[in-house]
Amino acid sequence: MTDLATLLREKYEPVIGLEIHAQLNTRTKIFCPCPTDFGAEANANTCPVCLGLPGALPVLNQAVVEKAAFAAFALNLHINEVSVFSRKNYFYPDLPKGYQISQYDQPFSVAGYVEIPTSERDEGGRPIAWQLKRFRIQRMHIEEDAGKSLHEGLPGSSDASYVNLNRSGVPLVEIVSEPDFRSSWEAYDYVQYLRRALLYVDACDGNMEEGSLRCDANVSIRRRGSDRFGTRTETKNLNSFRFIQRAIDYEIARQIRILEEGGHIVQETRLWNEREARTYTMRSKEEAHDYRYFPEPDLPPLVLSAETIAALRARVPELPEPRRRRFAEAYGLSLEDSTLVTTTREAADFFEACVRASGNPRAAFNWIANELLARIPIEKLSLTTSPVSPEALAELLALVTDGTLSNKLAKEVFERMLSTGKPPKAIVQELGGGQVSDVGRIEAIAAEVIAANPKQTAEYRAGKTPLFAFFVGQVMKATKGKANPQVVNEVLKRLLEPPQ
Amino acid sequence: MNLLDFDIDRLHTALQARHCSAAEVCRAALATIEQRNPALNALLSILPDRALKQAADTDARLAAGAPLRPLEGVPIVIKDNQCLAGTRTTCASQMLANYMATYTATAVARLEAAGAVIVGKANLDEFAMGSSNENSAFGPVRHPLDPNRVPGGSSGGSAAAVAAGMCLAATGSDTGGSIRQPAAFCGVVGVKPTYGRVSRYGLVAFGSSLDQIGPLTRTVRDAARMLRVMAGYDEHDATSSLHAVPDYLAELSGDADTDLRGWRIGVAQEAFGAGLDPAVELAVRQALKTFEALGATLVEVSLPRLGYAIADYYIIATAEASANLARFDGVRYGYRAPDVTTVHDLYALSREQGFGPEVKRRILLGTYALSSGYYDAYYLKAQKVRTLLRRDFDRAFEQCDVLVTPTAPTPAFKLGEKTDDPLQMYLSDIYTVTLNLAGVPGMSLPCGKSGEGLPIGLQIVAPAFEESRMFRAGWALEHALLQ
Repeated sequence: MTDLATLLREKYEPVIGLEIHAQLNTRTKIFCPCPTDFGAEANANTCPVCLGLPGALPVLNQAVVEKAAFAAFALNLHINEVSVFSRKNYFYPDLPKGYQISQYDQPFSVAGYVEIPTSERDEGGRPIAWQLKRFRIQRMHIEEDAGKSLHEGLPGSSDASYVNLNRSGVPLVEIVSEPDFRSSWEAYDYVQYLRRALLYVDACDGNMEEGSLRCDANVSIRRRGSDRFGTRTETKNLNSFRFIQRAIDYEIARQIRILEEGGHIVQETRLWNEREARTYTMRSKEEAHDYRYFPEPDLPPLVLSAETIAALRARVPELPEPRRRRFAEAYGLSLEDSTLVTTTREAADFFEACVRASGNPRAAFNWIANELLARIPIEKLSLTTSPVSPEALAELLALVTDGTLSNKLAKEVFERMLSTGKPPKAIVQELGGGQVSDVGRIEAIAAEVIAANPKQTAEYRAGKTPLFAFFVGQVMKATKGKANPQVVNEVLKRLLEPPQ
Repeated sequence: MNLLDFDIDRLHTALQARHCSAAEVCRAALATIEQRNPALNALLSILPDRALKQAADTDARLAAGAPLRPLEGVPIVIKDNQCLAGTRTTCASQMLANYMATYTATAVARLEAAGAVIVGKANLDEFAMGSSNENSAFGPVRHPLDPNRVPGGSSGGSAAAVAAGMCLAATGSDTGGSIRQPAAFCGVVGVKPTYGRVSRYGLVAFGSSLDQIGPLTRTVRDAARMLRVMAGYDEHDATSSLHAVPDYLAELSGDADTDLRGWRIGVAQEAFGAGLDPAVELAVRQALKTFEALGATLVEVSLPRLGYAIADYYIIATAEASANLARFDGVRYGYRAPDVTTVHDLYALSREQGFGPEVKRRILLGTYALSSGYYDAYYLKAQKVRTLLRRDFDRAFEQCDVLVTPTAPTPAFKLGEKTDDPLQMYLSDIYTVTLNLAGVPGMSLPCGKSGEGLPIGLQIVAPAFEESRMFRAGWALEHALLQ
């Protein structure tokens, strides 16, 4: 039987669409004033509204509208001036009202896209060849989260389940892509970018372990060249980037195997099981819910005037991909390098401040990438958290450029900047000045070294050239390492020449 | 003392003059309840300790020289689908037989803040679904004038309590006529405000786009006073209106205000069609003559789609109800079926055992109307019809200031008379449901009696947020009929 890679290359094409639930990082819930903090005692963050008590009514939190608008802008979505909340009806113990307030036929925003670098990966997970691709986004709507059912790990779990409603009413957006992905890595790169973009606009904290970003993947397979879609499955419960990628690959392989064996794909919802690294049937199409959507009578339509939308748009920062491209072009950074320094808006701000202060993008990048990021992870780097300010770093770079500091000395100064917080010039003073580049002074020292070591001098002049390093070392020692190495080289070469 | 000798104005005069204390008034209400409730079954909870404490507070305030608040010392009853913190809120359902409310409905809180003394919670049709109060899980309410007749529904307990003198006023809720029809049957005044006029926060929802809380009282002035206290924007209800609340009472005082010269009273022929009891038609036509005598002009208007109202209403109301009642699942509160082993059985059996037959019928109807493949034919079409019905009213109000119709096609009917025929029961809402669909306010007030001495109600309909007109016309008629 032909191997999977060949089948994928020659016969089949995967078609993938993603539905991503992102938690909007508002302080309070979508329809009541309860806090949204993660980790509170079970059922502590609840009130009549999010408990679904009789008679309680939802009132839309305006902060949710703002955050949703920022999320929409981050994904180039068109915000509808009128959108409508609907009830999605189904029974589940952690769904207190017996319906979820969501949006259905008139969603908050439609017709967006992202255009981002994506690449297949080799077996070691390394990118093979980056290329820019556009992935379309069908819609993004606003909805409330349900609570959480706990079936394990509590006293009495053997014959009872528990429900924690702290999550009930936490604001979400559901971002539905078009079926535009052709591999698991495209999906992976898209979700990575989406998380980055939502963080840039401060709409979501992006914390996947806490469930702030959850993903369902629709996967189908078709013959290469076909313009019709195959039967799809939906895989749920993908709460890490790796799971998304692996579950999609699993599903692609499973479906191809079925097709190759002459079978057909069953439309169904499947669940990813990380421990076993496979998907399982959750429910078939026949068991699918009829959600009986209808407009939520407790909430008036959400109306945003064109002026309001424009005012919100004016507050959106530069988005990660446009910023990455600008960095790459203006500062001559590679795709990987420009991607690295635009990991977060804060890191990009730091980098750009350093570039502005130093006028030297390449050196700024190298110092940040090699030295600063060795001390602080890029996700944490910002103007406020960095142990050195971009201006101080720029000052250090200037001292290297003008020859005051060698790279080696500069690293030492950098260490002291980290430990003392002092500006580089002050540290250079404390260290007894910067690099010694004065040819006359170095000549004097070199002459002393040569005079003090007649044996080595004679041997060197007789042809034992590796001894040159010995003389360099002696001069550096005598200058406490501050001599400009280039000048030392040049002077020693000259003085060690056999006398004519 | 007998509360039937009082309305709120008279009570306040007596309290102000210290002819009686709020405690005496409260005890009089509790005595009447003790005497009449066992037979009438109007109240599901009686709150003597709470009420007497509130009355004592009022007496203390008055002793300290505080001015009377709008409802100071007025004994009232709350329909038992409205939450009052720390008391049972049953909705007359086994499902909530032991449910204790943890918070108070906004409208109820406003009544209390205005000095009202809550003496009890009123019986109703289960979850406000019914027109006779025979659908209560805790037994039917009986008509105060004839124990073999129904008081109407679903606010039957509220109407009976006011009519029997257990209180001076009550709250009801009106989704398709549930305040006005029992008010008509029991001979009291009942108001369904404009949709959005009174907060629904704390009202257990039946049909969310139709429900309104409103007052049942002995007089039009009392209804105006109650509504003024309850109405107004509430940050807990996104559908409550920011419209300013006028001082309804200000226009209901001097004799000049009973003069209706220049008023145009709309009369829709469709409201006097087949099925209308001759006694009811006679009483309403006589009231129309009285309006003319007060100086008003009668204008013939048309509500051409009135015939679709019942069908339209029973799609929209039941669709919304099917979702609204989904929360009663036995998981967090309310009735839970014993000995269940699966989540499915927990739902199925708790709801099977916890809901009565009419509630289940409506959940099924509404679920069907929203189902995939039927939504467009039922729910969506019903919304379109609703828009047309609203336009009927808009057009009618281009020609008149208020509309007048019978409240219900018949006076109070007998217990069991319609229980076997739900459609017949639904038709008793024919004149009332249209207002809920259109969102406009309506008031029922007594306009005469049948040959058997049963009260007959007349409905005054006003454009949205024009309750003042309805009160003014109703007050004029009330005065004229008293003379």
